[in-house]
Amino acid sequence: MKAPAFNYARASSVQEAIDLLSRHGDRAKVLSGGQSLMPALNLRLLAPEWLIDIGPIADLRRISVENGLLTIGASTRHADLQRSPDIAAHAPLLKDAIAHVAHPAIRNRGTIGGSLAHADPASELPACMVALDATVIVQGPDGERRIPAADFFVGIYETQLLPDELLVAIEVPKRTDGARHFFREYARRSGDYAMAGLAAEAEIDGDMFASLRLSFFAVDERPILAKASRHLIGRPVTEVMLAEACGALGDELAPQDDHQATIGMRHYLARQLLIACVVSLLGRSDLGARVVA
Amino acid sequence: MIAPVPITLIVNQERIEAMVPPRLNLADFLRDHLSLTGTHVGCEHGVCGACTVRVNGDIVRSCLMLAIQAENATVETIEGLSDSGEIADLQMAFHQRNALQCGFCTPAMLMAAQDLLLINSEPSRDQIREHLSGNYCRCTGYHAIVDAIESTVRARLERAE
Amino acid sequence: MMPGMEGAGLSSLDRPNSYIGKVVPRPNMARLLEGRGQYVSDVALPRMVHAVFVRSPHAHARIASIDVSVAKAMPGVIAVMAGAELANVVSPWVGVLSHLKGLKSAPQHAIAVDRACWQGEAVAVVLAISRVLAEDAAEHVAVEYEPLPAVINTRTALDPATPVIHPELGDNLAFERKIDAGAVAAAFERSDKIVDVEFVFGRHTGVTLEPRSIVADWNAGDRRMTVYLGNQAPHMVQNIVAKHLDLEESQVRVLCKDVGGSFGLKVHIYADEMAVCGLSKLLRRPVKFVADRVESFNTDIHARDHICRGRIGVSHDGTINVFEIDDLTGVGPYSMYPRTSAVEANQVIILIGGPYTTPNYKGRTRVVFQNKNVMSQYRGVGHPIACSITEGLVDLAAQAIGMDPVEIRRRNLVRDDAYPCDSPTGLKFESLSHHASLDKLVAMMRYGDLRAEQTQLRKEGIYRGIGIASFIEVTNPGAAFYGVGGARISSQDGVAVRLDAAGAVICQTSVTEQGQGSESMTAQIVASAIGVSMEKVRVILGDTDNTPYGGGTWASRGTGIAGEAALQAAKVLRGNILATAAAILQGKPDDFDIIDGMIVDAHGQQRIELNELARIAYFRPDTLPPGFQPELMATRHYVPRQYPFAFTNGVQASWLEVDVITGKVKLLKHWVVEDCGTIINPQLVDEQIRGGVVQGLGAALFEHCIYDESGQLTNANMADYLVPMAAEMPDIEVGHQVSPTLETELGAKGAGEAGAAGAAACVSNAVNDALSPFGVTITEIPLTPKLILTALGRI
Ligand SMILES: Cc1cc2nc3c(=O)[nH]c(=O)nc-3n(C[C@H](O)[C@H](O)[C@H](O)COP(=O)(O)OP(=O)(O)OC[C@H]3O[C@@H](n4cnc5c(N)ncnc54)[C@H](O)[C@@H]3O)c2cc1C
Ligand code: FES
Ligand code: FES
Repeated sequence: MKAPAFNYARASSVQEAIDLLSRHGDRAKVLSGGQSLMPALNLRLLAPEWLIDIGPIADLRRISVENGLLTIGASTRHADLQRSPDIAAHAPLLKDAIAHVAHPAIRNRGTIGGSLAHADPASELPACMVALDATVIVQGPDGERRIPAADFFVGIYETQLLPDELLVAIEVPKRTDGARHFFREYARRSGDYAMAGLAAEAEIDGDMFASLRLSFFAVDERPILAKASRHLIGRPVTEVMLAEACGALGDELAPQDDHQATIGMRHYLARQLLIACVVSLLGRSDLGARVVA
Repeated sequence: MIAPVPITLIVNQERIEAMVPPRLNLADFLRDHLSLTGTHVGCEHGVCGACTVRVNGDIVRSCLMLAIQAENATVETIEGLSDSGEIADLQMAFHQRNALQCGFCTPAMLMAAQDLLLINSEPSRDQIREHLSGNYCRCTGYHAIVDAIESTVRARLERAE
Repeated sequence: MMPGMEGAGLSSLDRPNSYIGKVVPRPNMARLLEGRGQYVSDVALPRMVHAVFVRSPHAHARIASIDVSVAKAMPGVIAVMAGAELANVVSPWVGVLSHLKGLKSAPQHAIAVDRACWQGEAVAVVLAISRVLAEDAAEHVAVEYEPLPAVINTRTALDPATPVIHPELGDNLAFERKIDAGAVAAAFERSDKIVDVEFVFGRHTGVTLEPRSIVADWNAGDRRMTVYLGNQAPHMVQNIVAKHLDLEESQVRVLCKDVGGSFGLKVHIYADEMAVCGLSKLLRRPVKFVADRVESFNTDIHARDHICRGRIGVSHDGTINVFEIDDLTGVGPYSMYPRTSAVEANQVIILIGGPYTTPNYKGRTRVVFQNKNVMSQYRGVGHPIACSITEGLVDLAAQAIGMDPVEIRRRNLVRDDAYPCDSPTGLKFESLSHHASLDKLVAMMRYGDLRAEQTQLRKEGIYRGIGIASFIEVTNPGAAFYGVGGARISSQDGVAVRLDAAGAVICQTSVTEQGQGSESMTAQIVASAIGVSMEKVRVILGDTDNTPYGGGTWASRGTGIAGEAALQAAKVLRGNILATAAAILQGKPDDFDIIDGMIVDAHGQQRIELNELARIAYFRPDTLPPGFQPELMATRHYVPRQYPFAFTNGVQASWLEVDVITGKVKLLKHWVVEDCGTIINPQLVDEQIRGGVVQGLGAALFEHCIYDESGQLTNANMADYLVPMAAEMPDIEVGHQVSPTLETELGAKGAGEAGAAGAAACVSNAVNDALSPFGVTITEIPLTPKLILTALGRI
């Protein structure tokens, strides 16, 4: 199928994009990489009157590091993240995650801003932002808003972005020396959206977690920063603690049923991810085998 | 504007000026407006990979890009890559190894394969399979395609020595 | 020459420079590699308009009204039409064949009239100057539906409480067949162990990368219809189009150029394609239709979807005493036309137990109507199901008596020296090689080492499995397939060969090419038989105006049937060339030979080149002896008569790992040994096998058309319908046995479906083998993580 007719406007600056958005409101859609928007248009699931192409705004495609603070422009492509030495150094979680996002040709056009704004609950990057405690920076007619990633995602394809706002950048805070990360997802095939996934950042102190941010995806309407981590912090992890964490996790997730996985299966997979994460981050292969989850 | 708008771009080293409706995707532009029918369309929703072309050196899905977005871009299709000789060795390897049957996936497979070989001169079979993970082939079962790419890798390494 | 082919009677092909048995790259590939093929989706004709269909969103509904007024007024729209109007130019059909006794179906229209019977059935069509404008207008065709109760569940389709889809047929039973051979009850009684399980096969579909495409061009001046169609059987299409558009067959020309995948999906002619032909006639201009991917899922034939109870009785010594099945399948609201929707079930029931000596067999299959998309022949037709059931039962029997899966097969496979022989269902086997094939497979895969590795890894909590499946494959069908049932689908093929004026050979064949290598196979045979290099042979196919009449490429018949016709035609031409040479050189034809395009004499002396011979024959016949007329063109046709089918056999194995945490199956390696008789080009055979295997692996692990209770296909797109992709597929090693058929000089049998026949069976068996420590048996495909985790009791 072919896309329905729409008007097209090229924005050459953030301000111009916001002006266009203000003028057309929710009759307009921002076009970034188009890797989610175009399929929806081609399937005639959407019929916006206007597409506002932010591709030409050069300064939205950038990765910079200042004082350890990593800033990623909204139009930075998945492939840029994958290749960037700065990302590898300051947010290795993203580098691991991005390999699971779609396929090479899609990563060449899909952007981080598009991925976050699209807010597919099975998407990797939103969950990574939550794990990394990133800040999403949006701009609208009234100026800039800085929204913690954990608050940015509201529901399925739903974020705090208002129709006249543009997501412009993401800030990832400085990474501490002892920081470790874990990324894993269960998908049917390489590049598919996940049935369940976990992006995690931790600080490890000897054989204990000093901090642990567990961001689950595809197991709720949005990425979930699991409070179950509290069962695992500050003490050497035991089987009992891990079992408690697994138990607590169930109350925090509200997965959906689809062709690939039932609700129960998603709960189950989330527990397996949690166990795998703890085993991997602490190097405790003894833990995994015996925890019944 | 819903009405056609002018675009200028380079396609296979040729400067093209055209009027395109905003909703026209690049695949249809190449096929229907420029008669470059070597770029194939298998799904129009970004999954099959048959429409893969190169834009400014990167492989992309041409069904997921508007023709207008190619303003000022350099677009290369299978016809261009064939004429320039850039992938002659890959094509020969595909031919020798019977790495295509119906050939509908082939232009895109060649694009994806060449993309891999430009960034990784010595990929493993698994890496080859992974790089092709977004390109569907119903006929071959992929094995022969992987073989053909592998043999091209070896030949290129030998030539480089 | 292939090992094992010695003495196979290949005299005319066993010549110096023969291409038989050689890997020769396909000549027609170069254009496809450069993107210079011409697929139907590429065809553009002057004044061409584009058709877009409006399709029923309901599984079953009465069409109360259709308002086309808004759509008609939209930009670029040429016409908007509903079923009744089109019925004036395209007559309805009923998809039955008389030899499938009792098969019934209802009249089907090109576009539904009054009632839509599945979600996706066309109810109206829009024609516009571009595809996109037609789509715009299609959104404005206002159809009012009155939903009717839909028959969705196959299991309850025959219940008295279930509504009957076509009341005039009396019930929802389209076809039923029973077989009772040997002494089944006694055989079960005698058995030490009986295994009784239900097998479930998901519905899946062909997903050719190029969607179905057609351009129909009615030239009112010539009063001829030219149909550009990606199809495997052009002469069948010619007949059907003529018949239902009230034309003479000579008024219809069908052209099948490059086709982006077919696999049986494109051996049929579809209602929307018939509509396009009718529309071209009505509008007097070319009409193009390229199925959108979503409508492909909703309208391309689906396949499989069987529920089958299977029982096997086995003795402690490993003797398989008996097989019994009760099979049920739902095929949509109509039996597909003209090949019907009963063939898959019919194949299942006759192929069960095929590789084994077991004389006792009882089977029943029932085919029921449902309000889902139509089902019909797709690569493998019935084989994957029969093989999965048979081989699943054999493995379970082996497990029940504690015997190794290879051993139980060795004890029960028909002996290699037992041929010719018949199966309990009456199949005639000329010459098969089950044991030699199994031995070869076991050696190729290093079965013993794999078992040791498996045992070792289990201790580390890694669960790998080996699955083996022997199979037989129906190839080279004669008239028994369709002809005897009254369908005008040719079982013979024809090939014409001529020497042109420059000494090159032009060959026209009735088979078609969709990438199997029909062109190459034909050229290899013709070049070898005449004695010219392959570059000198040009093959023309896929054009009813320019090829002999024949069946086409399907049911693994191209090489075995049209290959033989090519051989015989080439031999006649060779004889005629030698007669001409003799006339020119004043000798006897027997004194000469043709080697590499050159006439040589008995001493091996080169005398004249073929282009010189052709020059004399065509331009200076005045120099030839009086009364001598060179005949530099020859045509031969062929159909097998002795055997209704040429059976082939083979065996496959899968080595895989089940992640018992995630339920995911990782395919590690796949092996196939198959026996298709004489091999013309081993590379082409291998690639047919590999492609077929991967289609079977897709069915085993991923592919599934998922309908909800209301009859909606819920995953009709490529993101949700999972096809096998490169990263998940294994390397596939292929080996061969060669038991040529003696019915032909060529000795070739088919190989197109062998891969698909056994792959899923192997995977199922291997998964069960991997999971045996958990006491888990799964007899359903696709083997999704959800299914496996459920079976393991983890979710
Ligand atoms: C076959 C296939 C497989 C895929 N698999 C995965 C996968 O496994 N995981 C995954 O995460 N993604 C996957 N994707 C989606 C891909 O990652 C997309 O690139 C991404 O989701 C959207 O980014 P985009 O730049 O293409 O956004 P677009 O498609 O351009 O836009 C997406 C949405 O975000 C809005 N938007 C975009 N940018 C902004 C902005 N700056 N401010 C405000 N709104 C904005 C748009 O209006 C639109 O609604 C897949 C896509 C395809 C086609
Ligand atoms: S046609 Fe573009 S990905 Fe399928
Ligand atoms: S060769 Fe036919 S799809 Fe790849």
